[in-house]
Amino acid sequence: MSRLHVVSGKGGTGKTTVAAALALALAAEGKRTLLVEVEGRQGIAQLFETEALPYEERRIAVAPGGGGEVYALAIDAERALLDYLQMFYKLGSAGRALKKIGAIDFATTIAPGLRDVLLTGKACEAVRRKDRTGRYAYDHVVMDAPPTGRITRFLNVNDEVAGLARIGPIHNQAQAVMRVLKSPQTAVHFVTLLEEMPVQETVDGIADLRAAQLPVGGVVINMVRPEVLDEADVEVAANGSRAAVARTLSHALDRTGFGGTRHPGLAERLVDPLVAQAREHTERLALERRGRREIADLALPTYELELLGDGVDLAGLYRMARELRKQGVSE
Amino acid sequence: MSLDMASVLDVDPLLDNPRTRIVVCCGSGGVGKTTTAAALGLRAAERGRKVVVLTIDPARRLAQSMGIEELDNVPRRVPGIDASAGGELYAMMLDMKRTFDEIVEAHADEERARAILENPFYQSLSAGFAGTQEYMAMEKLGQLRARDEWDLIVVDTPPSRSALDFLDAPGRLGSFLDGKFIKVLMAPAKIGGRAGMKFLGVGMSVMSGPLNKLMGTQLLRDVQTFVAAMDTMFGGFRTRADATYRLLQAPGTAFLVVAAPERDALREAAYFVERLAAERMPLAGLVLNRVHGSEAARLPADRALAAAEALLDGSLLDGSSDGVLDGRFGPPGEALTAGATKTSENLDGSGIVDRDSGQAASRTARAPGTDAPTVPSTPESGLPQPAPSGATTAQDVTSQDPVASTARLTAGLLRLHAERMQVLARERRTRDRFTALHPEVAVAEVAALPGDVHDLTGLRAIGERLAHQTAEAIEATG
Repeated sequence: MSRLHVVSGKGGTGKTTVAAALALALAAEGKRTLLVEVEGRQGIAQLFETEALPYEERRIAVAPGGGGEVYALAIDAERALLDYLQMFYKLGSAGRALKKIGAIDFATTIAPGLRDVLLTGKACEAVRRKDRTGRYAYDHVVMDAPPTGRITRFLNVNDEVAGLARIGPIHNQAQAVMRVLKSPQTAVHFVTLLEEMPVQETVDGIADLRAAQLPVGGVVINMVRPEVLDEADVEVAANGSRAAVARTLSHALDRTGFGGTRHPGLAERLVDPLVAQAREHTERLALERRGRREIADLALPTYELELLGDGVDLAGLYRMARELRKQGVSE
Repeated sequence: MSLDMASVLDVDPLLDNPRTRIVVCCGSGGVGKTTTAAALGLRAAERGRKVVVLTIDPARRLAQSMGIEELDNVPRRVPGIDASAGGELYAMMLDMKRTFDEIVEAHADEERARAILENPFYQSLSAGFAGTQEYMAMEKLGQLRARDEWDLIVVDTPPSRSALDFLDAPGRLGSFLDGKFIKVLMAPAKIGGRAGMKFLGVGMSVMSGPLNKLMGTQLLRDVQTFVAAMDTMFGGFRTRADATYRLLQAPGTAFLVVAAPERDALREAAYFVERLAAERMPLAGLVLNRVHGSEAARLPADRALAAAEALLDGSLLDGSSDGVLDGRFGPPGEALTAGATKTSENLDGSGIVDRDSGQAASRTARAPGTDAPTVPSTPESGLPQPAPSGATTAQDVTSQDPVASTARLTAGLLRLHAERMQVLARERRTRDRFTALHPEVAVAEVAALPGDVHDLTGLRAIGERLAHQTAEAIEATG
């Protein structure tokens, strides 16, 4: 199976959270994963409730089910560039001179394409890295990648750069990175909600990836809401059984110490708003069904994660990881 | 609750004020920024202003909602708006490459322009390496403002990794242009002439080694050609970037920070508020999208849940006056959706039925044995307590037991309500934290819609919600 998991998704879909849960899921059974952040937001540190991540690989979590470990790394483009200069060109003080005159600034900000080269390059380096015994340093590398709208360009930037720098070390480095990214070692996953725009962006994003011959992984549907009532139920509650519902409600509230005799007529006044909320629920379910169909049409492995009512904390993250495993993400 | 303390953002005076010339919508990705910008633009136009909406996000749906198949780099008139107040609406979508090309064409002579446009380094840069977008958005805004054809420009900022990128772009460019690197790059060009450059010029003698090693001769040459060709334009870039930056600080500009009531989005919003203050840029307020409300807010989540559980687990039977009904129902567990909750032996049925309707319920409770719940229901929704008919109409086909079925339905309504109230509480906590940090920021809340916006009607509805804060706020806070 693939070893570099690139996790993308529209803003607000929980991309970082899903990437973290995936890293945990893949680390189970004694595996070691590296969770990589490329957008400098320190979202991983917040999720794992630790202080800001430095530019170094650091263990941040132990996976459920024995022995697995998750390491994390927030890639800083400037530091990565200096690393590269050191590693590949032994530039030493010349590297510092480059920094002094603003060349590093130039490379990492004004020509941010180079920045993307560094970010993807660093991740690919971690994928390929082996220890002395010849084992991979990490079984899996999970990247919390840029959002759907930018992912193809982000991953493909090395192609562009390899075209720009037609020979020389940058060319070679760019090509080496592209070889990893386009191989079956890599899988690009999309996180989506069952809402129109995120689903549309997912469909478009996958088409873009395929056009660029980048390997598509699976779709993670996040924040799925359980179906509590369906359309027929709501119709019955609104019309046929409205009075019975009102009485039942009144009684139930009364018996649990609210409403009833102390608030006469409360239950009756609550019925319509409650039914209206139920109607919104079924409208959303209808939209979700449509979204689910569109995603099913993609014929990709699909995983579903339920909405965590109180937001995602560490416990929620582990729960999501377990759920992903149960649905076969690590097979 | 705290909305009463935080001041309320009133968008209409802002949109109506002829001195308001630019409204910038900023915020992190996925919070409805683009939709907010479009809704504000439409509202301002229908209130009589001549508006252009500059969007960065290539959301086709939004373009279509404005009646335009594809938005491009030229402002297009939006048809179908209510122009009775004399307003007009235009919309355009930033095309980075096109904007960059236009700048080059406008500021370089023909030969030089061609040299730049054909340079491979330029082609990559302008095609949208991240970061160029922010700069080009600023550039476009400056252009639109300079044309002075519109009363009001509503800008939607790029979906950057962080909302702050947008503000940093001009400064970054400035610091680069002031930097030594560009002088080093330029040195051989100045010595060797811009066409055939020599790389061993004095300026490059120190750096050409490492740079060549790093970039390869050919790439370095492309970059140098590019920088050389852009040389004369850089001054203009710098001047315009500075001018646009000042424009953003001017009194005619209003920033609206857009967020959803979620932790990450509001954290970004808080950063942005602080940053705007530091840059002395005028913040009009915070637009909080997708806020949930409830018309039944007086019923708290825990009560609703307790009642729902009682309905499903039969605890309502305890001490119920309706013990007479016990055991007369079919197996109640079957009436409930599988796995809804642990169902106890006696379940809901009898316990929940009021004394006066108990008779009716017990009557029908036996009836479904026929398996033909065809009793026609009488329309009764208007009647508060129609004792006998209530139970007869519980003809939920999924259940043989109308009482259990009503219990399941009612429990479902209560559960949904409890979920809603939990969302409400979480949103309120998140918002309160923001308000506590930034009590000076006026807030406008926009209620969540079940689906996306597809047309002008939808945008108009959002504009309405944005503008009518007081009524909504009172409702929401009950």
